[in-house]
Amino acid sequence: MTDHFIEDKSTKVAVNLEGMEPKVDFNDLKTGGFIKQRQKDLFAVRLRCPGGRMSTEKLLEISKIAHKYSKKGVVHFSFRQSLEILYVDYKEFNSIVVELENIGQKVASCGPRVRVPTACGGCEYNPNGLTDTQKMSDMVDKKFFGTRTPHKFKTSFSGCPIDCARTKEMDLGFQGVVEPVWDEGPCTGCTICSEACKEDAIASHPESGKPIFDPKKCLYCGDCIRACPTEAWKPKRYGHIARVGGRHGRHPLEAIEVCKFLPDEKVPDAIHKTVEWYNANGRRGERIGLVLKRVGIKNYLDFMEPVFKAGSAPDWECAPQGVKP
Amino acid sequence: MSDIKAAASLDLRGVVCPINFVKAKLKLDMMETGEVLELVLDSGEPIQNVPKSIKEEGHKILDVKKEEGHFRLKIQKG
Ligand code: HEM
Ligand code: HEM
Ligand code: SF4
Ligand code: SF4
Ligand code: SF4
Repeated sequence: MTDHFIEDKSTKVAVNLEGMEPKVDFNDLKTGGFIKQRQKDLFAVRLRCPGGRMSTEKLLEISKIAHKYSKKGVVHFSFRQSLEILYVDYKEFNSIVVELENIGQKVASCGPRVRVPTACGGCEYNPNGLTDTQKMSDMVDKKFFGTRTPHKFKTSFSGCPIDCARTKEMDLGFQGVVEPVWDEGPCTGCTICSEACKEDAIASHPESGKPIFDPKKCLYCGDCIRACPTEAWKPKRYGHIARVGGRHGRHPLEAIEVCKFLPDEKVPDAIHKTVEWYNANGRRGERIGLVLKRVGIKNYLDFMEPVFKAGSAPDWECAPQGVKP
Repeated sequence: MSDIKAAASLDLRGVVCPINFVKAKLKLDMMETGEVLELVLDSGEPIQNVPKSIKEEGHKILDVKKEEGHFRLKIQKG
C-alpha cells in the first residue's frame, strides 16, 4: 500500500536532475523517507535519528541543509523522533541527498519494513532509567533497519515502567525492569521504602517499620532500591519486559507481554526471531498484532522459547520477602 | 543514632520538589565532608524523591525518624 512512497519498483530509476554527481539512485532510497506533501512539488524529507539522539555537530550541519532546502525554512520533530525537513522541492532531491550523505546523515524509512527504533533517554541521564535504551536503539538501527516485513514493524525502548517510549503500542517493545531483593541485616526499619513505593507493594510493619512486601503489586521500578538509605534493598537482576503486537493509529492494539527480565544480550535474538516468525506467518499488509490474533500467541511463544527462556515467563513474580505482617 | 550531632539543620516542610532537593544541595555544598545536616521533609513526594537524589550525589543517610506527617533525616556529607 505504500505506493505513494518513492520505493523500489523493480527497475532502476536513476535521476540526474541538474547534471550533478553522484546521481540519485532511487533504489538506494527504497527505504523511503520522502513523503509527498499536500503542496504541489513539495516533499517532507524524514531523517533517520535512532532513539532521537544526535550530536550537536551533526545538528548544526543539518540545520544548514534544512535552511537551504526547506522552502519555508521549517523542520518538524516527528512523533517517532525523526527530524523532518519540510517543503523540499523534489527537483532538489539529488543535491539534498548528496549533502546529507556528505555529513553521514541517512534518510528514514516508510513502508513494510523494520522502522527506525525510538527510545527514551534511559539510564544514561534519567535517574529512573534501568537499561541503556540508547545503546539498544543504536543496535536495532544498525542490525535491523529496513529489514522487509509484511507490514511496518516498529520497535521502541523505555528505560523503566514509566514507559515514556510507549512500548505497549509497538510491534515489539522493550521496557527496563529491575528485580528488588531485601536483606534484613542492614534494615533499620526507617519506612522510607514503603513511602517510596508508588504501587503500594511495600507496607511498613507497625512495630519494626520493616517492609512487608506484596510481589503481586510490584512493577520492578527500583524506587525502593534507590530510596533505601542502608542498601537493604538491592538489585538482583536487570532486564527488559518484551511486549509484542501493539500498534497505534485508527485501531490501536495493546501489545502483549511475552517475557520478563530478558537480558540485554538476548534483545537482538528476540528481534531477529520475531521478524522471522512474522515473515513466515504474516500476510502482506498485516501488522504482527493481527497475525498473533489469527495464528495464536501460543504458536509465537513456542517459536520464541529458545530466546525467551533466558528471561522469565510473563506471569513470573518476585519471591516473597520482607517481614510477615 | 538519633543523637548524632548535626552541624546544620534545614526544615523543608512545605517546600516542593525539586526545590527542596536544591536547597538541601546548596546547604551541603557549603558544609565540610563528614559533617552532618539535619533535614525535615514532608511525607509523600518529598520523602519519595529527596533521599534518592541525596544518595545519588554521594551523601550518606545516617538516620531517619518518622514523625507526624514528616520525616527527620540526618545526612552526612560525602
Ligand atoms: C499523497 C498521499 C499520501 C501520503 C503522503 C501518505 C503518507 C502516509 C504515511 C506517511 C503513512 C504512515 C507511514 C508511517 O507510519 O511511517 C501512511 C500510512 C498509510 N497510508 Fe498513506 N499516504 C497517502 C495516501 C494514501 C492513500 C490514498 C491511501 C489509501 C487508499 C493510504 C493508505 C495508507 C495506509 C493503509 C497506511 C497504513 C496505516 C497503518 O496501518 O498504520 N495512504 N501513509
Ligand atoms: C498525507 C497523508 C499522510 C501523511 C503526510 C502522514 C504522515 C505521517 C507521519 C509523519 C507520521 C508519523 C511518523 C513519525 O512520527 O515518525 C504518521 C504516522 C502514522 N500514520 Fe500517517 N500520514 C498520512 C496518511 C496516513 C494514512 C492515510 C493513514 C492510515 C490509513 C496513516 C496512518 C498512520 C498511522 C497509523 C501512524 C502512526 C503509526 C504508529 O505509530 O504506529 N497515515 N503519518
Ligand atoms: S521511561 Fe523511565 S527511564 Fe525512560 S525517560 Fe521515562 S522515566 Fe526516564
Ligand atoms: S520495585 Fe516494586 S516494590 Fe520496589 S518501589 Fe518499585 S514497585 Fe515498589
Ligand atoms: S529496607 Fe531500607 S528503606 Fe526500607 S525500612 Fe529498611 S532501611 Fe528503611
